[in-house]
Amino acid sequence: MSAGHTPHAAAGATDAEAAEGRVYTISGEDWDEMVAAANEAGDFESGERIVINMGPQHPSTHGVLRLVLTLEGETVAEVRPAIGYLHTGIEKNMEYRTWTQGVTFCTRADYLMPIFNETAYCLAVERLLGIEDRIPERAQIIRVLMMELNRISSHLGGIAPMGLELGATTIYTQGARLRERTLDVLELITGLRMNHAFIRPGGVREDLPPGGLEAIGAFDDSAQRLMHELHTLIDANPIFVARNKGVAYLDLEGCMALGVTGPMLRATGLPWDLRKSQPYCGYETYDFDVQTTRTCDAYGRYLIRMDEIDESLKIIRQCCDRLAARGSLASDPVMISDAKIGWPAQLSLGPDGLGPSPQHIAHIMGQSMEALIHHFKLLTEGFRVPAGQAYAAIESPRGELGAHVVSDGGTRPYRVHLRDPSFTHLQSVAAMCEGGFVADLIPAIASIDPVMGGVDR
Amino acid sequence: MSGPDQAPDAAAEADGNLPARLGEARLNAPVVRRGMFGVQDTPDTSGYGLLRVHEAPPLDSPRPYGSYFDEVADALGFSDAIERVVVDRGEITFHVRRERLPEVAAKLRDDPALRFELCSGVSGVHYPEEGGRELHAVYHMLSITHNRRVRLEVSVPDADPHVPSLVGVYPTCNWHERETWDFFGIVFDGHPGLTRIQMPDDWRGHPQRKDYPLGGIPVEYRGAKIPPPEERRHYQ
Repeated sequence: MSAGHTPHAAAGATDAEAAEGRVYTISGEDWDEMVAAANEAGDFESGERIVINMGPQHPSTHGVLRLVLTLEGETVAEVRPAIGYLHTGIEKNMEYRTWTQGVTFCTRADYLMPIFNETAYCLAVERLLGIEDRIPERAQIIRVLMMELNRISSHLGGIAPMGLELGATTIYTQGARLRERTLDVLELITGLRMNHAFIRPGGVREDLPPGGLEAIGAFDDSAQRLMHELHTLIDANPIFVARNKGVAYLDLEGCMALGVTGPMLRATGLPWDLRKSQPYCGYETYDFDVQTTRTCDAYGRYLIRMDEIDESLKIIRQCCDRLAARGSLASDPVMISDAKIGWPAQLSLGPDGLGPSPQHIAHIMGQSMEALIHHFKLLTEGFRVPAGQAYAAIESPRGELGAHVVSDGGTRPYRVHLRDPSFTHLQSVAAMCEGGFVADLIPAIASIDPVMGGVDR
Repeated sequence: MSGPDQAPDAAAEADGNLPARLGEARLNAPVVRRGMFGVQDTPDTSGYGLLRVHEAPPLDSPRPYGSYFDEVADALGFSDAIERVVVDRGEITFHVRRERLPEVAAKLRDDPALRFELCSGVSGVHYPEEGGRELHAVYHMLSITHNRRVRLEVSVPDADPHVPSLVGVYPTCNWHERETWDFFGIVFDGHPGLTRIQMPDDWRGHPQRKDYPLGGIPVEYRGAKIPPPEERRHYQ
């Protein structure tokens, strides 16, 4: 709060605005002073409502989310989320790149689940191309493997700050520790911790590197141990339980009306998981369970996320077994074998950076004129996608992630729309928090686990 | 459906289906594209310069639609509210007259045979070439009860971009409709507070429309000038 502990008009407020009510400027760790000043002025006794602007630069709003709160004492009378602070025009940008380059953009939408953005987009493009049945088996297994690894890192990116925002730094550091190991594996496979641009229409960018399966095996061992530690640290933690149980209640009816899916929907007891109900990438062949609770609250969502991490580890183990049982790359491609669509898939590190492998260069430069033409056309012009529209939805860590992709028959997407679960779920803040305490707002938002990159795109 | 034994007037129908005749009918449609490679200013040496592509007729899939689509279409009814039905790539699209949209959506949600409880929001698409129906609002519906999906599409002219709001039927459309207004300029009548959501409140224009100027300046990269996106070479 400003110096002298006296309420004063904030910079920029005109006389007329200031005359509507007192304006307090809060800058952190001065809430008590504000309350004292408001008490002194008799704001609470007179039933005055206090309008508070929270964010967009606030450590507990999960990024650049801005909340306009109307408080009656400690009770939230109204909460209005304001978004758009991270809008980067990803959907528009994709209209000016080739279909394959589009992956590089949509991976940056919800930056905690890049692999899911890529997969949703690629599945929609593949449906438009009519090649859904021709994606190599190995590519599908790698996709599932990458998605489940990403689900773990994303869930931990939701659970760990959940603790931090309640003031429990240990929960954060312990969660972040496992998340870092997940990111290490993702980095080993794709070269990047985030924004991988790894999934491509027709398959994936590359096969697992040498030693990849061993690294995942080692990760799996440590993950089980760290998950056990996280469970013992958080599950029965009296403060964590007190702050989350019964908080941010949203029942099945509310979820349906507000389009809420994912862990929030499963916390109402409905076992709805697109991996089971509308399988894609071969999910129907994996053995895993859909986790539910019937609590409808923030604690239930936390439990579901933790249990889903265990299920993801189960799927990862199955993926590793399948990959280990398969042959070497030559007989087992990771990109569709269609010269008109399949981008050079097996990249290797050369003196001027990552690029096509020496074998591929030898093939196009020395052996096959057609391969050279295809390579040139694909990399300059890209491939054409028959006109039409498709909507592919997948079960992301946050809920239904849909990609609505429209083609006019050209080499660039005509329109791409990502139906992002964070965007949809943030609408439910008002339904969950109005009438509750202002302190409960923080766990409520943390339990939605919104990522502003996905909200604003 | 059209097996040889089912058609009573097989000779006449076969005659009408001759490829040459079908092509002739298309010749009356307006030309949407000339040439093959989008060459405009320089002489075309490809030999494809005389190619003319005519506007395709709007798609209207015949029955049966296959899969669960016939069941959904029968339960939905509303033959007067639905302009046409397109079944493509395993997805069904109902093109709905805009004034009937809330009625159709309410039936989709409430009818026990339909039960599309979840709306995945609105996606706008701008087709500046389609005279009189430039702006499209696309809704994706999901039925958890029956595990089905359908798509509703509403098209409106640019000059009168009004679509009735679905917030009353599916409250989740609130932010999605604001986003579509923000990016495409489609006005959703009856929305409780149709304001911009992603762009600043005082922003001019609707950025995801095709006619929105992108601007930009050429950027030098390793000795080459990269033109701004709109001036870059692109392929038709």
